[in-house]
Amino acid sequence: MTRRVNRISPFNITSLALGLAFLYLPIVILVIYSFNASRLVTVWGGWSLRWYTEFFNDRAMLDAAWMSLRVAAVSATVATLLGTLAAIGLARGERFKGRSLFSGMLYAPLVMPEVISGLSLLLLFVALSAERGFWTVTLAHTTLTMCFVTVVVQSRLASIDRSLEEAAMDLGCDPVRAFLSVTLPLIVPAIVAGWMLAFTLSLDDVVIASFTTGPGSATLPIRIYSEVRLGVKPQINAICTMVIALIAVVIVIASFASKLSSSQGESAAPL
Amino acid sequence: MTEESPEITPKADGIADPAKPEPPPQAPVSPAPQFELAADMPLLRIEGVGKTFGSFRAVDRLSLDIRAGEFFALLGPSGCGKTTLLRMLAGFETPDEGRILLGAKDIAQVPPHLRPVNMMFQNYALFPHLSVRDNIAFGLKRAGMARDEIATRVAEMVALVKLEGMEKRKPDQLSGGQKQRVALARSLARRPQVLLLDEPLAALDKKLRESTQLELMDLQRRLGMTFIIVTHDQEEAMTMASRIGVMDAGRLEQVATPRELYEAPHSRWVAEFIGDVNLFDGEVGWRENNRLLVTTREGVTLAVTEPRQRVTKATVCVAIRPEKVKLSRRAPVSDAANTHAINRLEGVVTDVSYLGGLTAYKVKLESGAVVRASVANTARLDIDAYLAGQRVMAWFAPDDCMVLEQ
Repeated sequence: MTRRVNRISPFNITSLALGLAFLYLPIVILVIYSFNASRLVTVWGGWSLRWYTEFFNDRAMLDAAWMSLRVAAVSATVATLLGTLAAIGLARGERFKGRSLFSGMLYAPLVMPEVISGLSLLLLFVALSAERGFWTVTLAHTTLTMCFVTVVVQSRLASIDRSLEEAAMDLGCDPVRAFLSVTLPLIVPAIVAGWMLAFTLSLDDVVIASFTTGPGSATLPIRIYSEVRLGVKPQINAICTMVIALIAVVIVIASFASKLSSSQGESAAPL
Repeated sequence: MTEESPEITPKADGIADPAKPEPPPQAPVSPAPQFELAADMPLLRIEGVGKTFGSFRAVDRLSLDIRAGEFFALLGPSGCGKTTLLRMLAGFETPDEGRILLGAKDIAQVPPHLRPVNMMFQNYALFPHLSVRDNIAFGLKRAGMARDEIATRVAEMVALVKLEGMEKRKPDQLSGGQKQRVALARSLARRPQVLLLDEPLAALDKKLRESTQLELMDLQRRLGMTFIIVTHDQEEAMTMASRIGVMDAGRLEQVATPRELYEAPHSRWVAEFIGDVNLFDGEVGWRENNRLLVTTREGVTLAVTEPRQRVTKATVCVAIRPEKVKLSRRAPVSDAANTHAINRLEGVVTDVSYLGGLTAYKVKLESGAVVRASVANTARLDIDAYLAGQRVMAWFAPDDCMVLEQ
């Protein structure tokens, strides 16, 4: 037991550096070039915040960003609500008939190609002759992200000993009270983490959003995608940098939340 | 079905019952809420209770009376239904049949939060997000107690389980023994009429378990509360409980004091389950005064004292505890063997296990049967020890033999 497994060898350092470079070099370059003063994306022209100010003057881009944030917030909230309920049903409910079918169907969007989900949702909205826009995208994102919330919350619930609820009932709580006063406080970190996950998933989705959105209500990723097709403007770099910053903040908060949850219980919600 | 009636529970001859002092001998610190009971009514009466899971009969029409102030242990191997029975008393399982009377009220269908009983869980089930104080106060808040009353009660409980200074800690900042105390304090805080303990000491190491056993007994005596403990550890049950119910396959095999269980088991199963025992199957030969002569399958005739309840069957099982089998190099000098005052079995020592306080021997008889004898090591020097391969005489008195009909 004396051998230190985590000793840092030159080989470890090299492979770690290469791996990190592979993952983050493109992003680092994008961030650096967002501060480029030059009009040409590939030519360095000195430091500048020009493209950031340009973005804040670009009405269409701002609208798309605002649309994306609204869609992400609303769909993440609805998905968290539904996903948490599904997780409770799966983890705590009696062994009802068709339970495994239900959980299989719940998790299907995890592995379903987004093109198929998007297309089927589009067909549904067309068949219902629903006007495509904010609500259709929000609904689509809710169905996409709900299962992620369920996975996170269910794994947290599974790690909570059922005898905790029994103890609460033994001490005078009816089943609903027992859940609210013991189980819920313990799964709140997982619920928060699930919301964050749903929020970021919705924020960067382009496939499903492009199927389900309508004219005049493009989300930010769609907007960026269509701009890039006409040639990459340095402004895009600035927008992307801000999105990265936002997502980084959300992920850091989510991992803090799950760390908090693991310090209260046995295992953390996977993220 | 009451266990107290002498017809059902015959005391074996010569077995006095010093038992444990019946609580409450001292002034209780905080008396459990008592309600009027008829003089002969038990506090808790379980009547023909049954529970089936799928096709598994966990508890099979079980009846049991538990008196107020008793420390009762349910003892049995895993899967015998003892935990299911306890969970039915707590309300986490609903019996399929039968009644559970607490006082005069049938609580079989009452949900757990409305029962005046509390349970201490095997894994303690402490709320990880609450401090020690809030864990203990949890049930009191639910009961709608006033704030200052809660504070007083919590302080009292903390003092009772000697956790002063730990009130603000979270469960994961406590040691196993401290968690156990918090769980105990939490379940006692509401002053339940009956406290149910599900393997309360299983998670503690041996030394701590022994001291905690004594503390639990002391606590139960001081509070004058009724404790029902579930355990698979017979030593634990015998140390703590005033009465033990031995369970197997959903049924109560025997309900008796620890001494009765050990010295006068009702059945072969109980004799084998509690402690070590040598068993000889045989036929009852003839009777002589109050002696029965049993011819064993191996062809040895054993003289046994006939129990007060006369043996009716021809095929019986003679049981003798290892510590009641004596060993000697020569036959005991007397003609006792001829008058059946003593049983003598000649054999060869095959196995010697030194266990500190005692030495366990296995003696192989000429018939091939093995007799186990345990000899207390009363002297430091082992001049009396026997060696493997040595010829010895194993002997025991007819009074020390138990006759089992099943």
